[in-house]
Amino acid sequence: MNAANYLYISALLFTIGAVGVVVRRNAIVVFMCIELMLNAANLSFVTFSRINGNLDGQVMAFFTMVVAACEVVVGLAIIVTIYRSRRSASVDDASLLKR
Amino acid sequence: MTTSSSLVYLIALPLAGAVLLLLGGRRTDKWGHLLGTAMSASSFGVGLYQLMLMLDRPTEQRPVSQKLFEWINVGEFKVDAGLLLDQLSICFVLLITGVGTLIHIYSISYMSHDKDRRRFFAYLNLFIAAMLLLVLGDSYLNLYVGWEGVGLASYLLIGFWNQKPAYATASKKAFVMNRIGDMGLSFAIMIAFATMGTVSFAGVQEHAHHASEAALTGMGIMLLVAAAGKSAQFPLQAWLGDAMAGPTPVSALIHAATMVTAGVYLITRSNFVFDAAPTAQLLVVIVGAITLMFGALIGTAKDDIKKALAASTMSQIGYMILAAGLGPVGYAFAIMHLLTHGFFKAGMFLGAGSVMHGMNDEVNMRKYGALRKFMPITFVTFGLGYLAILGVPPFAGFYSKDMIIETAFNAGGAKGIILGVTTLIGAAITAFYMTRVMILTFTGTKRWDDNAHPHESPWLMWLPMAVLAIGSVSSGYLLSSGGALENWLHPLFDHHAEHEHHLLEPIVVSAMALTMVAIGVAIAFSKYARQEVSSVAPENVSIFTKIARQDLMQDRFNEAVFMRPGQALTTTLVAADEVVIDGAVRGVGQAAMSSGSALRGLQNGYVRSYAALILVGAIALIGAIWVVVQ
Repeated sequence: MNAANYLYISALLFTIGAVGVVVRRNAIVVFMCIELMLNAANLSFVTFSRINGNLDGQVMAFFTMVVAACEVVVGLAIIVTIYRSRRSASVDDASLLKR
Repeated sequence: MTTSSSLVYLIALPLAGAVLLLLGGRRTDKWGHLLGTAMSASSFGVGLYQLMLMLDRPTEQRPVSQKLFEWINVGEFKVDAGLLLDQLSICFVLLITGVGTLIHIYSISYMSHDKDRRRFFAYLNLFIAAMLLLVLGDSYLNLYVGWEGVGLASYLLIGFWNQKPAYATASKKAFVMNRIGDMGLSFAIMIAFATMGTVSFAGVQEHAHHASEAALTGMGIMLLVAAAGKSAQFPLQAWLGDAMAGPTPVSALIHAATMVTAGVYLITRSNFVFDAAPTAQLLVVIVGAITLMFGALIGTAKDDIKKALAASTMSQIGYMILAAGLGPVGYAFAIMHLLTHGFFKAGMFLGAGSVMHGMNDEVNMRKYGALRKFMPITFVTFGLGYLAILGVPPFAGFYSKDMIIETAFNAGGAKGIILGVTTLIGAAITAFYMTRVMILTFTGTKRWDDNAHPHESPWLMWLPMAVLAIGSVSSGYLLSSGGALENWLHPLFDHHAEHEHHLLEPIVVSAMALTMVAIGVAIAFSKYARQEVSSVAPENVSIFTKIARQDLMQDRFNEAVFMRPGQALTTTLVAADEVVIDGAVRGVGQAAMSSGSALRGLQNGYVRSYAALILVGAIALIGAIWVVVQ
């Protein structure tokens, strides 16, 4: 099977994730879209690893997973805290950091 | 050349006086005036001693020099701070310190009511020291130091009563106009250095023979500009009248012993330059002739006694410059007139000060009248000075001025006729305005203010006047009998180019001059002695009188030609600075601020818009890389 197809899927997933981040207001969904992008990147890493015949990409994918896990922990904690204080999980409501 | 180690005391003594009095402050108030006078007098003593020594030596060994220290030593260029006392400088040294000392003595009494008398004496000493450095320096550069010192001292003294804004302005005016002359002198020094590689008098004299005439002409013209600035010659004459703002002894000092004589000294000292540059020499004569008429005409219309005398100084210095421009035949007469003028003009200025002293500082001659009985000594001393300036035999001016008139006639050709007639007419006008001063001040009816109580001045004031009056009577005869001064100065000037014209016999010239003087006196008598003089200046006068009262429009001319365009230029430059330079600086700031506030709109606090921007940026970056790689 042509390895390029995996790259196409990766690009598709990344695009879906990016659009989701920009378009959706719900913090949880935005978060999931970010995960989608990370995983799209992982897929690319693995694919390139396969194409080039070395393991660097696979190692990188593990790093990404670890970072993503940490990020989920911190990110979810922030979202839960914001929800508790504001009774809303919309990212547009948390827009105090302007001018 | 003979060397001496005592020349420096001539300058050091008055300089030490000035420094002591200025640094000593109020502690020296009690005896400051005595110290100042003593310093000036001892400098005169040193001068006399030097004259004795000089008389003892044979002619060729008379010049004395002293090297003070090595001043500039750069590559080929070497200037020592050195002094040179020769037959010419000694005349000036004795005039400066002699008349200067008399003025010091006079000032003790004249300034006794002024709480700043000590400072006044400090400045007087500084003036004397600077002027001595000017005449003793052995190179143009040393002369320049003294030249600037004289400018500074005159500024300080003219503006001595600077609490009056008009006086402060007058001192600034004198200083600024002098700066123009100073610029001329510095250009002359640069020309000398560029073309001859030396700035010492001896060096320039040596090189002048094989320097190009163009360079010498340029240097001569620049020296003339310098002389015009210091000596108040056309076209830099306008400061002289305003310089009367200073206390009267200062006027006497500036007009007789120092300052205005510097220009004559410079031209005489640079005789080797002018002798080799006929064009520059001709310009000197023209400037002298113009100024002598200019000053005389202004003198006829002035009601202020000091300004009338100031105009007369301008005119008399014009005579000297004219004589100096006539070449080797004229230098000695220029110096002779300078010395005799030093006596009679100082005497008359001190006389004017004495009159003002008795008349509550009134300077308007129309408010004087009939002072002869109340101030007999002043009348006599002033009168002797008056006879001297008129050129009545056997008073001093007769010898010196007649010589100049005669030399002018003998210059040859149309030039000689024009100059001779100019000097003759000048003599007539001089007679007119000086007679006017005499009549208005000392004779006729009382036109005093109600609170005027004229009285003779104390002996400290009339004693110097008396000494100067003796000089006004005798100096001309003493200096010219047997050609004393001429022979004395003879070795300094290059006489080989001299060819004698004798257009008119001396006796004829004297007769013509006396006739002109008699005419001038007669007109003055008919106008002022035979008619009642009004105590206010009449308004319905001819246009000529009006112009002469305004100093022949010299200030208006300067204002229209130099001041207004200068101010316009400054305004333009200020505006250009505002708009262009400041505009650029402010524009940069403004641009940064406005672009900042435009970009601030992006900072809206919405996470999603930030994310979108990051996305757009990333895509743009990838696109750019794509384009480059393709």
